[in-house]
Amino acid sequence: MKLAIKLAFKNLIGAGLRTWLNVIVLSFSFVMIIAAKGILVGWDRQAKKDMADWEIAGGQYWNANYDPYDAFTLTEAHSVIPGQFKDEIERGDMVPVLITQGTIYPEGRMQSILIKGIDPGQSLLELPTGRLDTAAGALPAIIGSNMARANRLSKGDYVTIRWRDANGTFDAAEILITDIFTTNVPTVDVGQVWIALDSLQSMVLMPGEATILTFRDQENREAGVGDWKLMTYKSLVSEVDEMIKTKSVGQSIFYIILLILALLAIFDTQVLSIFRRQKEIGTYVALGYTRKEVVLLFTVEGAMHAVLAAVTGAIYGIPLLVWLANKGISLGMSSAEFGFTMADTMYPVYSGSLIIGTTLLVMIATTIVSYWPSRRIAKMNPTEALRGKLQ
Amino acid sequence: MKTFASIILFALATAATAQPSADEIIDRVDRNMSSENRIFESTMTIQGKRGTRVITSKSYTAGDKKSFTEYLSPPREQGIKMLKLEDQLWIYSPSTDRTIQISGHMLRQSVMGSDLSYEDMMEDRKLTDLYSARVTGRETIDGRETWVLELNARVEDIAYSKRKIWIDTERYVPLKEELYARSGQLLKRSTMSDVIRVDGRWFPTTVVYKDMLKQGDGTEFKVTAIKFNQAIPDYIFSKAALKQ
Repeated sequence: MKLAIKLAFKNLIGAGLRTWLNVIVLSFSFVMIIAAKGILVGWDRQAKKDMADWEIAGGQYWNANYDPYDAFTLTEAHSVIPGQFKDEIERGDMVPVLITQGTIYPEGRMQSILIKGIDPGQSLLELPTGRLDTAAGALPAIIGSNMARANRLSKGDYVTIRWRDANGTFDAAEILITDIFTTNVPTVDVGQVWIALDSLQSMVLMPGEATILTFRDQENREAGVGDWKLMTYKSLVSEVDEMIKTKSVGQSIFYIILLILALLAIFDTQVLSIFRRQKEIGTYVALGYTRKEVVLLFTVEGAMHAVLAAVTGAIYGIPLLVWLANKGISLGMSSAEFGFTMADTMYPVYSGSLIIGTTLLVMIATTIVSYWPSRRIAKMNPTEALRGKLQ
Repeated sequence: MKTFASIILFALATAATAQPSADEIIDRVDRNMSSENRIFESTMTIQGKRGTRVITSKSYTAGDKKSFTEYLSPPREQGIKMLKLEDQLWIYSPSTDRTIQISGHMLRQSVMGSDLSYEDMMEDRKLTDLYSARVTGRETIDGRETWVLELNARVEDIAYSKRKIWIDTERYVPLKEELYARSGQLLKRSTMSDVIRVDGRWFPTTVVYKDMLKQGDGTEFKVTAIKFNQAIPDYIFSKAALKQ
């Protein structure tokens, strides 16, 4: 085996430019796969962290009627906060949020919104709810930067909102934008206005009620408390997982094409080698090599492309990937345009398993395409091979 | 002097008795405006940011519980039919050949992008059942003397907690209406004009609905032809009529 590796390496280097072309193309695949997968891993981590920080913390209880994809459910999706959560809420480990449908009229335009009520003193989520305590002539409210941009609202602006109370009666009031926050989580930003929970409860005639209860700690949670259902952290971030999975499939098409091109070149090289080196094969057999050993020699020779590609890829790939991880990749568009959590600048994360996995994938694939044409050697007649006769 | 004061007091007392109560006014308006049935053609002009759309339709109404409307133009809306029976509403769309029921919160959506919601069209409870009314004064609108009626909700499940209605003192037709939020903010205003006399009753043929929180000129609803107490076949107010 040692000899086979030594011999294969010599032969490979001896082939000169042809080898290096194959190696370079294969190394592109290496770097591409690691970079692309690294971006997805980075996105996944960042998105989940942002969601936990801004929206879901350790998990949530939802009112049984609440469906975030159907705004019409909101009129029924509220109930009194169960007494057993009182201590947790007082400790600041649980934050109730009441949600109602409304309409905002910035500069006389009409826009459907969700009015969300939250405790101004909460510190579980990163929302700057402290600004809801501001004493003002109008109702203090905070909005996200995407909401502010879409409705041309700035800090200090007064704007009218309209809503319906529990009886369906219209009511309207002026709000004062006391703060505009920037977040990568569109589900707490786009089309939403945050006001103090007690204000919203009295506005909609729902005292002591909420739609969502967000908690810090997920351990020992009951699956359902009255008409509240448990939404675990895992189920709440499953959307990110689904998105990453979908993106991963789309993305892999690109690097699979690149990998196929590289493997095709190696396959081609192998076929050509076996065709042109028949005398050499005959000589090996004449010198006492078994056919199996000759097949192994050629397979190792082909597979060694992957080793060289890994080394070449590392030479230019490591500085490039490190630079990308530090600098990040800016997509030049906002998460609001997609509707799911995504940072404006994504920082790739390269895990050990990603690098080892990619190396193994490329090596195994290269070995298979190297072995495939080499099998012909086993069927060769050594005398005719020695004479260089086409078989 | 004593005689003069008596005359003044008598005149005031006569005037006070001459003015009907708010409930009587609303009742007279109801009697004037409602009929056993009516057939009318109308145009609805929706003034939006991207331009103006004019929708024409033909409606059949029996009392205040049944109505059937067919949209005649523009081509995009042509053939759409709406049937209201009691508190239920169905819409038939010819492009999909489907009849769907508009219910629950869907009723709060705008009708064809206008300032009117399905719910506004569906409200058929009598104002006197929902509000306690009082006359707060008199005003002149376009040269017509009106009573100003203030209506405050006396039931809970109601969209507008307060209304103000200006009623023509002579013809008993509303000339203006304002709808208020619980906080007292003015939300919607409708102005009625082009009052005509048809079959012995006065009827405003043009109504402009305006969402007061929104920019724009609102939605104009104009009745182009109207007939009262016609023989309308029963099948018109059936779901089968939607697909015909």
